Amino acid sequence: MPITKTSDSAVWRKRTTLQQWALWGGWFLLVVFFIFCWQVMTKDTIWYFVADAPTQAADLGGRMFPPRWSYIDVLWAPLWDTLNIATLGTLLGIAIAIPVAFLAARNTTPSVLFVRPIALFIIVSSRSINSLIWALLLVAIIGPGILAGIVAIGLRSIGFVAKLLYEAIEEIDETQVEAISATGASAAQVVDYAIVPQVLPAFFGISVFRWDINIRESTILGLVGAGGIGLQLQASLNVLAWPQVTMIFIVILGTVVLSEWVSAKVRHAII
Amino acid sequence: MTDAAVKPRRWKRPPVLIQDARWRLGIYSGAVIYLILAISSVEVNWVRVYDGLERGWRFVQGFLVPDFTSRWSDISQGLVESLTMTVTATVVGILISVPIGVGAARNLAPRPVYYVCRSIIALSRALQEIIIAILFVAMFGFGPFAGFLTLSFATIGFLAKLLAEDIEDIDESQAEAVRSTGASWLQLVNYAIQPQVMPRLIGLSLYRLDINFRESAVIGIVGAGGIGATLNTAIDRYEYDSAGAILLMIIAIVMVAEYSSGFVRKWVQ
Repeated sequence: MPITKTSDSAVWRKRTTLQQWALWGGWFLLVVFFIFCWQVMTKDTIWYFVADAPTQAADLGGRMFPPRWSYIDVLWAPLWDTLNIATLGTLLGIAIAIPVAFLAARNTTPSVLFVRPIALFIIVSSRSINSLIWALLLVAIIGPGILAGIVAIGLRSIGFVAKLLYEAIEEIDETQVEAISATGASAAQVVDYAIVPQVLPAFFGISVFRWDINIRESTILGLVGAGGIGLQLQASLNVLAWPQVTMIFIVILGTVVLSEWVSAKVRHAII
Repeated sequence: MTDAAVKPRRWKRPPVLIQDARWRLGIYSGAVIYLILAISSVEVNWVRVYDGLERGWRFVQGFLVPDFTSRWSDISQGLVESLTMTVTATVVGILISVPIGVGAARNLAPRPVYYVCRSIIALSRALQEIIIAILFVAMFGFGPFAGFLTLSFATIGFLAKLLAEDIEDIDESQAEAVRSTGASWLQLVNYAIQPQVMPRLIGLSLYRLDINFRESAVIGIVGAGGIGATLNTAIDRYEYDSAGAILLMIIAIVMVAEYSSGFVRKWVQ
């Protein structure tokens, strides 16, 4: 940290002049980059529509309210489907994620050089593709319906659950593993008695957290045909039945808030 | 009494999660009943699934032999839209969420401001990106501009919440020291708060950039521009080799973003 001496006193500054200029240059480049991106993005924007948006919003608001409360009778069955998609999908994801996590953790993987990178690749690819894209693919492959939704949620959950679980496995207390292996336990017994008890609370926490996220995601999977309340949303949007859309939004919001509350309660109880 | 007598000699099983046996039985049987009901309500058309296997195989082939060339102009346009949308939305989102985050910190903001900012955050977090995108597409028309607004809006909830929590967790003694010099509120924020939260703010911004790109690949499905629209078209036309190419590019960009943001975060902190 440089000190510049002026005629009568020493002035402390955090950065040297060169660093300061480099910093400003960096910010300047960022601004230029932002403007460039903005220009490219808005190249085809029709500004008339943007200027018109407040009127459109007011119009939309007028059409969306009041919500059609009676429509809720139609929504119970799709809501049940949505819950099932989230829960069964989470279970499917967990079932696949557990072995992947053990293969990915540095201290339990059979081979750091060969198996671990494969497990990490599974985790990254599952995480980088959104459940809606998985659903889009699966609807094309196995047809529309709940099954596509469950598999989509499951495939999406693998990465999340496995990543957090393998980090938990890597952070365990190694002395317990040593104690168990000192008794002459087999590899399976070491996992069962030394590792699983240590990661079990984390595992339940992760699972409930993912279930909560999956409730959120499963509400919209129907937009691409994968069952649940999103199907009603898509149908109502197609016929521009905005009061029904509002009703569906309310139901989705209620479900999401409720699931968040449940997951917070459960996580408090176990961790 | 000797030490050995105090310490238990026999290992005892740690207490189970739910103490009461009746409750445990009730919860377990409830879970089993739910599972049976849930699985039985899944209707599977096995003929359709069997038909789909062939298509699934074609998709795997398309994934292994991706076709970048025949739809390249669509793909590159979608990618450019997604990337520019991501950058602009992240920048604008951060610019908006910094004041909101400061306002939502209990130790900095007066009560009314705190509640207003917290409700903005709650609103932004409660609505999913897709739902916001549907509304914005209805208001602003199709295209990346609606996507930009969606991502900016979603960024606010994420970034402002974490920033506010971070500000609440700061080392109060530094704020105390600056306050005791008679500093104004702005000086307090600038000299006591900002240096403490800046590294984490940069880290969070990079993480959000990453998330925004992933989301930008999705909101195109409801018409908000970007690579999602291209992907949707490719799958609708059963062009699995192009779809595979798009998915591979999404995975590659996400991986690059993740590694480079990890690198930058290490460098900043």
